[in-house]
Amino acid sequence: MNELVEALLSGNRRALARMLTAVENEREGVQEALAALFPHTGAAQVIGVTGAPGTGKSTLVGALARGYRRRGQTVGILAIDPTSPFTGGAILGDRIRMSELAGDSGVFIRSMATRGQLGGLARATADAVRVLDAAGFQIVIVETVGAGQSEVDIAQTAQTTLVVEAPGLGDDVQAIKAGILEIADILVVNKADKPGAENTVRALKAMLELGHPAARHDMPRHHGQLLQRQPEPEAGQASHELWMPPVIRTVATTGDGIDDVIEAIDEHRRYLERDNLLARIERRRLEAELHHRLREALIARLLESVPEQALSAMIERIQARQITPHHAVNKLLDEAG
Amino acid sequence: MTGQAIRVLIAKPGLDGHDRGAKVIARALRDAGMEVIYTGLRQTPEMIAEAALQEDVDVVGLSILSGAHLALVPRIREQMRANGLDDVPLVVGGIIPDADRAELEAMGVRGVFGPGTSTETIVEHIRGLVATGRATPDE
Repeated sequence: MNELVEALLSGNRRALARMLTAVENEREGVQEALAALFPHTGAAQVIGVTGAPGTGKSTLVGALARGYRRRGQTVGILAIDPTSPFTGGAILGDRIRMSELAGDSGVFIRSMATRGQLGGLARATADAVRVLDAAGFQIVIVETVGAGQSEVDIAQTAQTTLVVEAPGLGDDVQAIKAGILEIADILVVNKADKPGAENTVRALKAMLELGHPAARHDMPRHHGQLLQRQPEPEAGQASHELWMPPVIRTVATTGDGIDDVIEAIDEHRRYLERDNLLARIERRRLEAELHHRLREALIARLLESVPEQALSAMIERIQARQITPHHAVNKLLDEAG
Repeated sequence: MTGQAIRVLIAKPGLDGHDRGAKVIARALRDAGMEVIYTGLRQTPEMIAEAALQEDVDVVGLSILSGAHLALVPRIREQMRANGLDDVPLVVGGIIPDADRAELEAMGVRGVFGPGTSTETIVEHIRGLVATGRATPDE
């Protein structure tokens, strides 16, 4: 593993690929390797891209990557697709839409399957982002299907999150309602050359006006355009500004609007850098990650010390209505010491 | 979570535009619990070798229907070697005459699947290749 770490840090792409596999497989020794890489992380700008299937996320990610390459920045991409719950297998097809990036050594694309465990995926994603970060990629894009809580969690490993919509997907902006709108820093209406794009834009704007937390939050969240909360703005009072997500039209297949998206990401970055928001957001993210890992580790440790039979005996007692689930937990905790 | 899912790259080199067979294989491998990275049509040897490297796959599978297999395979092997992927097994499926089988194997191809091969055969073959590869540690 040590050799792998050194090869990775010196720019070896195969070492990078293998480290990502080690992270995914939780291979032995990977935590030590991640610890060795950790001091080399923190420089990358991490962008999350999420949205319903069929919105053109992969094509958009490919177009964004080309945009960053034109500016001379290197780009690492993690494209995450669901594992089939029935077979444990997956078809990872995001590369099809990114073939124009082939042959560019400033780009590294890795497809990841969700492999069923939600918590495990969020952890593997956070670690994979760190590996790409340590390998020196200036921009890291994480692409996920925006269909549920796990994707929301993953999107939050990013500093700036894009939610992608497209016209003509049936029930307009339905997919976005399930708590996804709240995580958007930037809304992208892709396939904007298709009929109905105007309606999608209008619907999103209406939802933003209705649901945007600008009026409700005491402290600035990392989403919200520069919106004056008080009618008496004072110079330097940046904490009164909230970010209102812009709605941007793109046609990823032609590149239309891509520069606008990159400009909006830059704008969001500048917003975060003001008032030290970036550090506060990172702190919040790390706090959540720490809690998450602590919970997993504690459960693992506990289950180690509780014999299988004790656990199933307890389940039987609960089923026989002899003890409540709550008291069963207390009893198991007491016994485990 | 298995922690050790088999990862397979399925690629279509060359210019023929039929990827039905490749998709059938991709689906069969997925149904067998593998992670299939599918790269789509008209992949150059460089693109295939690059994808195999970035995705750190256990096996590369090529679907070739154009008859150009004897020309394409050496170029893909060469690009894979240039990327340090000599140890990654390469298998080929499609319209491959029996007469070409030995020649492909001499080029280092570790499985040739002509028309009519059952998906079970391919799944088992890939499992076998991966089991052999993982039995010999490479680090």
